Amino acid sequence: MGHAIAFYLISALILGFAVLVVSTRNTVHAVLFLVLNFLAVAALYVLLTAQFLAVIQVMVYAGGIVVLYLFVVMLVNLKRPPEDHSSPQRRGWLGVGLGALVLAQLAAILVWGGVGTPADPYTMQNSDLALNNVERIGMLLYTDYLVPFELASMLLLVAMVGAIILAKREL
Amino acid sequence: MITPTHYMLLSALLFMIGVMGVLLRRNIIVIFMSIELILNAVNINLIAFSYQLQDGIGQVFAIFVIAVAAAEAAVGLGIILAFYRNKETVNIDEMNLMRW
Repeated sequence: MGHAIAFYLISALILGFAVLVVSTRNTVHAVLFLVLNFLAVAALYVLLTAQFLAVIQVMVYAGGIVVLYLFVVMLVNLKRPPEDHSSPQRRGWLGVGLGALVLAQLAAILVWGGVGTPADPYTMQNSDLALNNVERIGMLLYTDYLVPFELASMLLLVAMVGAIILAKREL
Repeated sequence: MITPTHYMLLSALLFMIGVMGVLLRRNIIVIFMSIELILNAVNINLIAFSYQLQDGIGQVFAIFVIAVAAAEAAVGLGIILAFYRNKETVNIDEMNLMRW
């Protein structure tokens, strides 16, 4: 019961902040709503007994990526907001219609697809994955997924070099 | 009772909000934030199944998704800055240098 209440509360927060992110006119406010959205997603991870992911979510997303966005929003001072200059070829209703269609399709698959029996939250809370979360994730990352882990580090290095070269005024 | 279907519906709704943001907004910074929402929806799905199956692999994949999202944000925002320096705009309707 507590699990259900927490789920619905956090879901409402996640969806509400996500709607605010995409609908707010002021870009700085959108970035701040994005922080709140990421924090609500981190709470959902705690509910799913993924504590390590929750910490990573707060540190990397809410801490790192959002600061990057704020920097760019502050650097790009807009003399004319982009929403005032609409292209005549744009068809907003087409985007809404296509999005609603895909959502209906996904919901139909989920409702009639049969995902499986629900997990029992009381036994899950005391399982090995919940209690030794960091240990289990670390063991997987450094044994079975060592090569993808190293590739991810290479990707981050290349992205860092690329971002510096792109943002540099002259090489 | 909260089933995996609930988590997947939440994930689908968050995904669709992100897609709507990509399709409807014209500010490219907001479009990038919508892409972050989409990646978060994917992570919720992965972790819901990790919880359901009591298998840590879903969480490992979520870590990789976060790493790729960080790389994407860094490179994408670098591109936005470089573009803004040349064209003084962040409106995607005016970003048609390579269209034809």
